[in-house]
Amino acid sequence: MKAPVGDDPASKSGDPRDEIIQHLGAMRAFAMSLTRDGSSADDLVQDTIVKAWSKIATFEPGTNMRAWLFTILRNTFYSGRRRAKREVEDVDGVMAGGLAEKPAHDGRLAMRDFEFAFAKLPDEQREALTLVGGSGFSYEEAAETCGVAVGTIKSRVNRGRKKLAELLHLSEDDSMDMTDKSTMAVIGSQSATGGFRA
Amino acid sequence: MARQEQNSSFEAQIEANLKKVYEKTVQEPVPDRFAALLAQLKEQDAASSDPDAGDDGENSQ
Repeated sequence: MKAPVGDDPASKSGDPRDEIIQHLGAMRAFAMSLTRDGSSADDLVQDTIVKAWSKIATFEPGTNMRAWLFTILRNTFYSGRRRAKREVEDVDGVMAGGLAEKPAHDGRLAMRDFEFAFAKLPDEQREALTLVGGSGFSYEEAAETCGVAVGTIKSRVNRGRKKLAELLHLSEDDSMDMTDKSTMAVIGSQSATGGFRA
Repeated sequence: MARQEQNSSFEAQIEANLKKVYEKTVQEPVPDRFAALLAQLKEQDAASSDPDAGDDGENSQ
Protein backbone atom coordinates (compact mmCIF):
# COMPACT_ATOMS: atom_id res chain seq x y z
CA MET A 1 0.00 0.00 0.00
CA LYS A 2 1.28 3.42 -0.87
CA ALA A 3 1.56 5.62 2.19
CA PRO A 4 0.79 9.29 1.66
CA VAL A 5 2.98 10.11 4.62
CA GLY A 6 6.56 9.35 3.82
CA ASP A 7 8.45 9.04 7.05
CA ASP A 8 7.23 7.31 10.09
CA PRO A 9 9.38 8.19 13.08
CA ALA A 10 6.84 7.07 15.65
CA SER A 11 6.92 3.43 14.61
CA LYS A 12 10.42 3.18 15.98
CA SER A 13 9.40 4.39 19.38
CA GLY A 14 6.95 1.52 19.87
CA ASP A 15 3.49 2.97 20.39
CA PRO A 16 1.89 3.69 17.01
CA ARG A 17 -0.45 6.07 18.78
CA ASP A 18 2.39 8.54 19.03
CA GLU A 19 1.96 8.94 15.30
CA ILE A 20 -1.65 10.13 15.52
CA ILE A 21 -0.57 13.69 16.15
CA GLN A 22 1.03 13.86 12.71
CA HIS A 23 -2.31 13.20 11.05
CA LEU A 24 -4.41 15.77 12.89
CA GLY A 25 -4.26 18.33 10.08
CA ALA A 26 -5.37 15.75 7.52
CA MET A 27 -8.06 14.45 9.87
CA ARG A 28 -9.43 17.96 10.27
CA ALA A 29 -9.48 18.45 6.51
CA PHE A 30 -11.30 15.18 5.93
CA ALA A 31 -13.69 15.92 8.80
CA MET A 32 -14.33 19.37 7.38
CA SER A 33 -15.29 17.90 4.03
CA LEU A 34 -17.75 15.55 5.71
CA THR A 35 -19.33 17.93 8.21
CA ARG A 36 -18.96 21.16 6.19
CA ASP A 37 -18.67 22.99 9.46
CA GLY A 38 -15.58 23.84 11.47
CA SER A 39 -16.77 23.17 14.98
CA SER A 40 -18.53 19.91 14.04
CA ALA A 41 -15.34 18.90 12.24
CA ASP A 42 -13.26 19.44 15.35
CA ASP A 43 -15.75 17.54 17.48
CA LEU A 44 -15.54 14.71 14.99
CA VAL A 45 -11.74 14.74 15.13
CA GLN A 46 -11.88 14.67 18.90
CA ASP A 47 -14.21 11.64 18.93
CA THR A 48 -11.99 9.96 16.37
CA ILE A 49 -8.89 10.47 18.50
CA VAL A 50 -10.56 8.88 21.51
CA LYS A 51 -11.79 5.92 19.46
CA ALA A 52 -8.48 5.44 17.70
CA TRP A 53 -6.71 5.48 21.03
CA SER A 54 -8.80 2.65 22.44
CA LYS A 55 -8.91 0.67 19.19
CA ILE A 56 -5.20 0.79 18.49
CA ALA A 57 -5.01 -3.02 18.63
CA THR A 58 -6.91 -3.08 15.32
CA PHE A 59 -4.17 -1.04 13.65
CA GLU A 60 -1.53 -3.10 11.91
CA PRO A 61 1.82 -1.41 12.40
CA GLY A 62 3.51 -0.65 9.13
CA THR A 63 0.24 -0.10 7.29
CA ASN A 64 -1.27 3.24 6.38
CA MET A 65 -2.23 4.93 9.61
CA ARG A 66 -3.89 7.84 7.87
CA ALA A 67 -6.27 5.51 6.04
CA TRP A 68 -6.98 3.72 9.31
CA LEU A 69 -7.74 6.99 11.09
CA PHE A 70 -9.89 8.20 8.20
CA THR A 71 -11.89 4.97 8.38
CA ILE A 72 -12.62 5.52 12.06
CA LEU A 73 -13.42 9.15 11.38
CA ARG A 74 -15.93 8.44 8.65
CA ASN A 75 -17.57 5.63 10.63
CA THR A 76 -17.91 8.02 13.54
CA PHE A 77 -19.35 10.64 11.25
CA TYR A 78 -21.96 8.35 9.71
CA SER A 79 -23.06 6.80 12.99
CA GLY A 80 -23.26 10.23 14.61
CA ARG A 81 -25.11 11.66 11.67
CA ARG A 82 -27.89 9.15 12.01
CA ARG A 83 -28.45 10.57 15.46
CA ALA A 84 -28.32 14.19 14.34
CA LYS A 85 -30.02 14.01 10.98
CA ARG A 86 -31.94 17.21 11.41
CA GLU A 87 -28.82 19.28 12.01
CA VAL A 88 -27.31 18.03 8.78
CA GLU A 89 -30.40 18.89 6.83
CA ASP A 90 -30.13 22.41 8.17
CA VAL A 91 -26.60 22.62 6.86
CA ASP A 92 -27.83 21.44 3.48
CA GLY A 93 -30.45 24.15 3.46
CA VAL A 94 -27.90 26.85 4.16
CA MET A 95 -25.62 25.55 1.43
CA ALA A 96 -28.42 25.33 -1.09
CA GLY A 97 -29.32 28.95 -0.42
CA GLY A 98 -25.79 30.11 -1.04
CA LEU A 99 -25.53 28.55 -4.44
CA ALA A 100 -28.24 30.56 -6.10
CA GLU A 101 -25.98 33.09 -7.76
CA LYS A 102 -24.06 32.34 -10.89
CA PRO A 103 -20.38 31.75 -10.13
CA ALA A 104 -17.13 31.89 -12.07
CA HIS A 105 -17.24 35.60 -12.78
CA ASP A 106 -13.50 36.08 -13.06
CA GLY A 107 -12.83 33.23 -15.43
CA ARG A 108 -11.57 30.91 -12.72
CA LEU A 109 -13.65 28.89 -10.36
CA ALA A 110 -13.92 31.17 -7.37
CA MET A 111 -13.03 29.25 -4.23
CA ARG A 112 -16.18 30.24 -2.42
CA ASP A 113 -18.40 29.14 -5.27
CA PHE A 114 -16.49 25.93 -5.51
CA GLU A 115 -16.91 25.25 -1.81
CA PHE A 116 -20.63 25.89 -1.99
CA ALA A 117 -20.99 23.52 -4.91
CA PHE A 118 -18.78 20.94 -3.26
CA ALA A 119 -20.83 21.06 -0.07
CA LYS A 120 -23.93 20.26 -2.14
CA LEU A 121 -22.60 16.93 -3.37
CA PRO A 122 -23.95 13.71 -1.91
CA ASP A 123 -21.79 12.55 1.00
CA GLU A 124 -20.37 9.58 -0.83
CA GLN A 125 -19.22 11.66 -3.78
CA ARG A 126 -17.82 14.36 -1.53
CA GLU A 127 -15.76 11.94 0.47
CA ALA A 128 -14.51 10.10 -2.61
CA LEU A 129 -13.39 13.37 -4.19
CA THR A 130 -11.80 14.51 -0.93
CA LEU A 131 -9.87 11.30 -0.46
CA VAL A 132 -8.66 10.98 -4.04
CA GLY A 133 -8.54 14.60 -5.20
CA GLY A 134 -7.81 16.33 -1.90
CA SER A 135 -5.71 14.01 0.21
CA GLY A 136 -4.06 12.21 -2.68
CA PHE A 137 -5.16 8.72 -1.70
CA SER A 138 -4.98 6.10 -4.41
CA TYR A 139 -8.31 4.67 -5.54
CA GLU A 140 -7.35 1.54 -3.61
CA GLU A 141 -6.72 3.42 -0.38
CA ALA A 142 -9.94 5.38 -0.76
CA ALA A 143 -11.84 2.16 -1.38
CA GLU A 144 -10.35 0.59 1.72
CA THR A 145 -11.14 3.67 3.79
CA CYS A 146 -14.77 3.67 2.70
CA GLY A 147 -15.14 -0.11 2.78
CA VAL A 148 -16.24 -0.35 -0.86
CA ALA A 149 -14.87 -1.70 -4.13
CA VAL A 150 -12.30 0.27 -6.12
CA GLY A 151 -14.75 0.55 -9.02
CA THR A 152 -17.29 2.12 -6.68
CA ILE A 153 -14.82 4.82 -5.68
CA LYS A 154 -13.97 5.50 -9.31
CA SER A 155 -17.60 5.93 -10.24
CA ARG A 156 -18.25 8.16 -7.21
CA VAL A 157 -15.33 10.35 -8.22
CA ASN A 158 -16.63 10.58 -11.77
CA ARG A 159 -20.18 11.29 -10.74
CA GLY A 160 -18.92 13.86 -8.23
CA ARG A 161 -16.97 15.70 -10.92
CA LYS A 162 -20.00 15.71 -13.20
CA LYS A 163 -22.24 16.96 -10.44
CA LEU A 164 -19.77 19.74 -9.66
CA ALA A 165 -19.83 20.76 -13.30
CA GLU A 166 -23.60 20.93 -13.20
CA LEU A 167 -23.70 22.87 -9.97
CA LEU A 168 -21.15 25.34 -11.27
CA HIS A 169 -23.13 25.75 -14.48
CA LEU A 170 -20.28 24.28 -16.42
CA SER A 171 -21.96 21.22 -17.82
CA GLU A 172 -21.53 20.13 -21.40
CA ASP A 173 -24.27 22.51 -22.56
CA ASP A 174 -21.95 25.29 -21.59
CA SER A 175 -20.03 25.77 -24.79
CA MET A 176 -17.86 28.57 -23.49
CA ASP A 177 -14.21 28.06 -22.94
CA MET A 178 -13.29 28.62 -19.32
CA THR A 179 -11.05 31.52 -20.27
CA ASP A 180 -13.99 33.35 -21.85
CA LYS A 181 -15.78 33.43 -18.56
CA SER A 182 -14.70 36.94 -17.66
CA THR A 183 -16.09 38.23 -20.94
CA MET A 184 -19.32 36.43 -20.34
CA ALA A 185 -19.48 37.75 -16.82
CA VAL A 186 -19.37 41.28 -18.20
CA ILE A 187 -22.08 40.49 -20.73
CA GLY A 188 -24.03 38.77 -17.98
CA SER A 189 -23.86 41.72 -15.64
CA GLN A 190 -24.87 44.09 -18.44
CA SER A 191 -27.96 42.10 -19.23
CA ALA A 192 -28.68 41.80 -15.55
CA THR A 193 -28.70 45.55 -15.11
CA GLY A 194 -29.91 46.55 -18.57
CA GLY A 195 -32.23 43.79 -19.71
CA PHE A 196 -35.55 42.54 -18.43
CA ARG A 197 -36.25 45.83 -16.75
CA ALA A 198 -39.78 46.38 -18.03
CA MET B 1 -10.97 18.81 -29.91
CA ALA B 2 -12.09 22.05 -28.33
CA ARG B 3 -14.70 20.28 -26.23
CA GLN B 4 -12.06 17.92 -24.91
CA GLU B 5 -9.70 20.74 -24.07
CA GLN B 6 -12.48 22.52 -22.30
CA ASN B 7 -13.34 19.46 -20.29
CA SER B 8 -9.77 18.80 -19.30
CA SER B 9 -9.32 22.44 -18.34
CA PHE B 10 -12.40 22.18 -16.20
CA GLU B 11 -11.19 18.95 -14.67
CA ALA B 12 -7.84 20.50 -13.94
CA GLN B 13 -9.57 23.34 -12.12
CA ILE B 14 -11.70 20.90 -10.16
CA GLU B 15 -8.61 18.99 -9.13
CA ALA B 16 -6.77 22.18 -8.20
CA ASN B 17 -9.70 23.39 -6.13
CA LEU B 18 -10.12 20.07 -4.36
CA LYS B 19 -6.46 20.21 -3.38
CA LYS B 20 -6.73 23.84 -2.33
CA VAL B 21 -9.80 23.33 -0.15
CA TYR B 22 -8.22 20.30 1.50
CA GLU B 23 -4.80 21.87 1.96
CA LYS B 24 -6.33 25.02 3.37
CA THR B 25 -7.57 23.06 6.37
CA VAL B 26 -4.48 20.85 6.61
CA GLN B 27 -2.31 23.96 6.87
CA GLU B 28 -4.40 25.56 9.60
CA PRO B 29 -2.84 25.39 13.04
CA VAL B 30 -4.25 22.38 14.86
CA PRO B 31 -6.20 23.41 17.97
CA ASP B 32 -4.23 22.80 21.18
CA ARG B 33 -7.04 20.75 22.62
CA PHE B 34 -6.07 17.77 20.45
CA ALA B 35 -2.51 17.62 21.70
CA ALA B 36 -3.87 18.04 25.22
CA LEU B 37 -6.34 15.22 24.65
CA LEU B 38 -3.62 12.90 23.36
CA ALA B 39 -1.44 13.74 26.34
CA GLN B 40 -4.34 13.06 28.67
CA LEU B 41 -5.12 9.71 27.04
CA LYS B 42 -1.49 8.72 27.33
CA GLU B 43 -1.45 9.69 30.95
CA GLN B 44 -4.60 7.70 31.73
CA ASP B 45 -3.12 4.68 30.00
CA ALA B 46 0.11 4.93 31.93
CA ALA B 47 -1.82 5.19 35.17
CA SER B 48 -4.28 2.35 34.54
CA SER B 49 -2.30 -0.22 32.56
CA ASP B 50 0.84 -0.19 34.73
CA PRO B 51 -0.49 -0.20 38.27
CA ASP B 52 2.70 -1.79 39.57
CA ALA B 53 5.04 0.51 37.68
CA GLY B 54 4.82 3.17 40.32
CA ASP B 55 8.54 3.91 40.29
CA ASP B 56 8.45 4.66 36.56
CA GLY B 57 7.63 8.28 37.06
CA GLU B 58 8.40 9.72 33.63
CA ASN B 59 5.00 9.09 32.04
CA SER B 60 2.82 9.68 35.02
CA GLN B 61 3.35 13.37 35.35
